[in-house]
Amino acid sequence: MAASTADLSAAFLMTPVATADWLVVLPPAWCILAGAVLLMLRKSLHLQAWLAVPALAILVVLDGLLLSHVLANGPVTMVMGRWLPPFGIAFTADLTGVLFALAGAVVALAGAVYAIADIDGSGRRYGFYPFLLLLMAGVSGAFLTGDIFNLYVWFEVLLIASFGLITLGSEPRQIDGAIKYAFLNLIATTLFLATTGYLYGIFGTLNMADIALKAAAGRDSLPLMTLATLYLLAFGMKAAAFPVNFWLPASYHTPRIVVAALFAGLLTKVGIYALLRTLIMLFPVEREELSFVIALAGAATMIVGALGALGQSDVRRVLGYVVISGIGIMLAGLSLGSPGGVGGAIFYALHSMVVMTALYMAAGLMGRLAGSFDLNRLGGLYGRSALFSGLSLVLFFAASGLPPFSGFWPKVMVAKAALDIGAWWLVAAVFLTGFLVTIALGRVFALAYWRPAPEALPATAIPASLLLPLAALTALTVVFGLFPDALLSTIQAAAQGLSDPSAYIGSVFPGGT
Amino acid sequence: MMEFPFALLVGLFFAAAVYLMLSKFLVRVLLGVVLLGNGVNLLIFTNGRILREVPPIIPDGHDVPTMLTANPLPQALILTAIVISFSFFAFLLVLVYRAYQDLGTDNGNEMRAAEPENDPLPPTGY
Repeated sequence: MAASTADLSAAFLMTPVATADWLVVLPPAWCILAGAVLLMLRKSLHLQAWLAVPALAILVVLDGLLLSHVLANGPVTMVMGRWLPPFGIAFTADLTGVLFALAGAVVALAGAVYAIADIDGSGRRYGFYPFLLLLMAGVSGAFLTGDIFNLYVWFEVLLIASFGLITLGSEPRQIDGAIKYAFLNLIATTLFLATTGYLYGIFGTLNMADIALKAAAGRDSLPLMTLATLYLLAFGMKAAAFPVNFWLPASYHTPRIVVAALFAGLLTKVGIYALLRTLIMLFPVEREELSFVIALAGAATMIVGALGALGQSDVRRVLGYVVISGIGIMLAGLSLGSPGGVGGAIFYALHSMVVMTALYMAAGLMGRLAGSFDLNRLGGLYGRSALFSGLSLVLFFAASGLPPFSGFWPKVMVAKAALDIGAWWLVAAVFLTGFLVTIALGRVFALAYWRPAPEALPATAIPASLLLPLAALTALTVVFGLFPDALLSTIQAAAQGLSDPSAYIGSVFPGGT
Repeated sequence: MMEFPFALLVGLFFAAAVYLMLSKFLVRVLLGVVLLGNGVNLLIFTNGRILREVPPIIPDGHDVPTMLTANPLPQALILTAIVISFSFFAFLLVLVYRAYQDLGTDNGNEMRAAEPENDPLPPTGY
């Protein structure tokens, strides 16, 4: 190549990337690599779990290292192909993103262990573990990317992997659920893409730090309300917010139980994360304008979810509605926008990832022990296993938001933030939801665990690989319920970093702009 | 001023897509989704501004283009979106066909395998 005369330092990174900064891109890269290896070994059924579980354990370690790196140094940015932002694609890990990524990795690891006994040979031949790893690539990428079009690409990566997982088994009811899930989620991501097209037309950039800067500078003359509203609709649909939540109860009870557990833990939270990223960090003023709409949607989501949970007889469908009611609480926190509200939304999202996954796992064990998911037929579970009943009761209380478990603190944060601005009706909705969900899940406990078994149950032992992940996730909710201090201060720092993204922007543009 | 007719065309695509997606027959909904995807691609293209027909290629011996060129970034974005939406179209097509085979209908209103119409209510006591 001829010697270049131009000064490239304005567009290119001229120094090598610091070794520790490679951590930013490792979680999605590692997942894709491990997924590809598992895909090549898809005929070696006995190897699949033995490779996938350690691979996901390594993912947890990578996310943990990244968290400690971000805690020590603030947000970290790595650019692709040496192109400096805003020209190239940047990965930026800040506290919010890393916390979500770490919780997602923990949930996926628990799911992979649970799947050893839950997914049979045909499910493995069909590619459960490669799909799981590719799903995690999409999830980790979405949490760590600093580029909004790249976020769209990661959304599609996790969506196509989730299509593979939801149709695993190919029963007619799964096909039915998958149709509704696939169409509505695809329309939501297409809306996201359309909005991103508008955003590119308005700003001429796709880097989130750059957008935050340009939005702050040109707020008076740019049509930012359009963008904020469209993002609210698109991500609200992904997060299953009322009134665009109908795909969730139509599909989450159909796949294999571990798939439902992973979806309940991961997918809707990616939507919440994207809402936090766009509405809190990029368009805070527009969020303020929309806050009443978001609060109304949040309150309606909570109540509709809780009422839906009361009206179902299939345990898995009860849980689907409990997922929705939790989304409402996160939306309420988002609508407030204050540090307490946003912190509550982040905390509740992390709590919900762990607890909803564990609840679906518990439902899987109910089905395995009692041979049914129907509340009209379940019974006698307490007599079968007191340990399993105790774990389930902890999870029911945690999902209802009762102390001393992890669901209590974020609800307190959201309620307090709502009281601070005098939104008493939002507080009332939060408490009413807690009350209704307690009734719905308490009834599951009374019917499925305490009621004597309607028919003699066959003796089934609980495999350790099913009980272990359930117990581990339950332990997490107890520990973070009893000792929330460390997590609370981290989450408050994360919420602060979203509301005031100067550290984030400083990490993307170290030399200033 | 090439943007104006393109904006109209995008609006037409969206209107037709919404009309098709409101149908209860899955094949029409699928066509609506495809149309929506293409409408969005055109929207991104228009949003990148239609400036020049000159391809954004830097001549030999230069570091920057010598004249105003078309904006290459929307083309890269659209290429990504086309690949993704085409793969989704292929998947959904198979899924819809499979649903037609297994459920015996392509009418969304009659697909009640996952949510039976007379689902029993939970017991009120025991």
